[in-house]
Amino acid sequence: MLDALLTPIGQGFLALMGFVGLNADLMDRYGLRFLQGVGVTLELVGLSMLFGALLALPLAIARVSGGKITSRLAFGYSYFFRGTPLLAQTFLVYYGAGQFREFFTDIGLWWFFRDAFNCAVFTFTLNTAAYQAEILRGGIESLPVGQSEGGKSLGLSPYQVYRTVILPQAYAIGLRPLGNEVVLMIKSSAIASVVTVYDLMGVTRLAFSRSYDMEVYLWAAVLYLLMVEIVRRVWDVLERRLNRHVALSH
Amino acid sequence: MEFLTLLSFGPGGWGDEIARGALLTVELALSTLPFGLALGLLVALGKDAPSPIARAAANLFTTVFRGLPELLTLFIVYYGGQMLLTRLAGYVSPGATVEVNQFLAGVLALGLVLAAFSSEVFYAALKAVPRGQKEAAFALGLPKWQAFRFVVFPQLWRVALPGLSNNWMVLMKDTSLVSVIAINDLMRQTAIAVGVTKQPFFFYLVACLIYLAFSILSSLVLTRAEARASRGLKRAGAK
Repeated sequence: MLDALLTPIGQGFLALMGFVGLNADLMDRYGLRFLQGVGVTLELVGLSMLFGALLALPLAIARVSGGKITSRLAFGYSYFFRGTPLLAQTFLVYYGAGQFREFFTDIGLWWFFRDAFNCAVFTFTLNTAAYQAEILRGGIESLPVGQSEGGKSLGLSPYQVYRTVILPQAYAIGLRPLGNEVVLMIKSSAIASVVTVYDLMGVTRLAFSRSYDMEVYLWAAVLYLLMVEIVRRVWDVLERRLNRHVALSH
Repeated sequence: MEFLTLLSFGPGGWGDEIARGALLTVELALSTLPFGLALGLLVALGKDAPSPIARAAANLFTTVFRGLPELLTLFIVYYGGQMLLTRLAGYVSPGATVEVNQFLAGVLALGLVLAAFSSEVFYAALKAVPRGQKEAAFALGLPKWQAFRFVVFPQLWRVALPGLSNNWMVLMKDTSLVSVIAINDLMRQTAIAVGVTKQPFFFYLVACLIYLAFSILSSLVLTRAEARASRGLKRAGAK
């Protein structure tokens, strides 16, 4: 039933593509795989951003309110992951994990590191956590001291001060750079294709190696630009909505 | 101890191979810098141009090369360049194939990306220089080029430098991507060492630390450059 409906739509689409001068055969063969690739890319980015955000929170708090040792450790973490290429980090995790296979088997984690997709999510999470922690730290530090003092004087516990006073404001300040981080992550996620993940970039490379048609790179370019543009638009709306109490300069 | 042997220079160790790769990485980054910055400045001037066509073209350039994954830009430049040149060569002598130099393709691709990001920095800096500066230069009878070179640019440079420092750091990390099109940079030399020794964790960690060392070194140099670029400002302050 669904097929009967979708097939003519698909054929119409392909005919249209052929009409505007694109390679309809190529699209027939790889079009669906490209969409799957987009799905994998979105999954990579979504999972990494989410886990990264969870990890960034304690890192940022460690840098701001931690003792000497914890704040230095958090600083070192951020410095390492921001100062080295994501490609090197990905290789370190993906190939490095293979070297410690016995160890990972012993502790029952080998099933996780065996899979390239998991390794990519793991690396991207560690990487984006470092960037997100810096963004959050910037937000926290730009708040006037009076905010946390005010919270304390109301009798709130340190946890409550963070949860109800500091963090909501820090996230509002960091909203724009966090949006940039999403865009950067979408772009960086292409690196996963180097370790055999069939994300959008991986599918593109596969299609190109079989067809030698440059057109596939143009599709990929359009799809990546589309994703980035959508995130930018969504973030504009988010920012207007969440920061509507703040007088924006524009 | 065993690891030190792996890193030794000479036939038994990989120290010299990795050092050569690191050198190539630096060469690549340094060759990209002038090209990318010059193009970035040009694009920024295009964004500020009175002609709407120049403005649209400059904005399109930024949107595209800021939005595309660097890896994709690299592939498009490398394979696309190869196909385009082969087709062009076909007109001259049919059947000829052209090999694009990987290093050149790397410089071009990374340069386009750097230009897109630095043009935003330059454009913001351009806006930060008051109009009166340029008008005063014209009033003194300086020709257009000299007004830009001696009056606008030094002030623009000071404002732009922190942003450009950032771009440089990103560029240095992005150079690692060229290993994918078989340039023997730090990343690829490391991969070769890994292939032979089966010590991926150790060697990739070493590679990471070398990149980290480059970052630290760069930030030391750039902090001094920033101090130097704003030396005129300190004198004017009430210190």
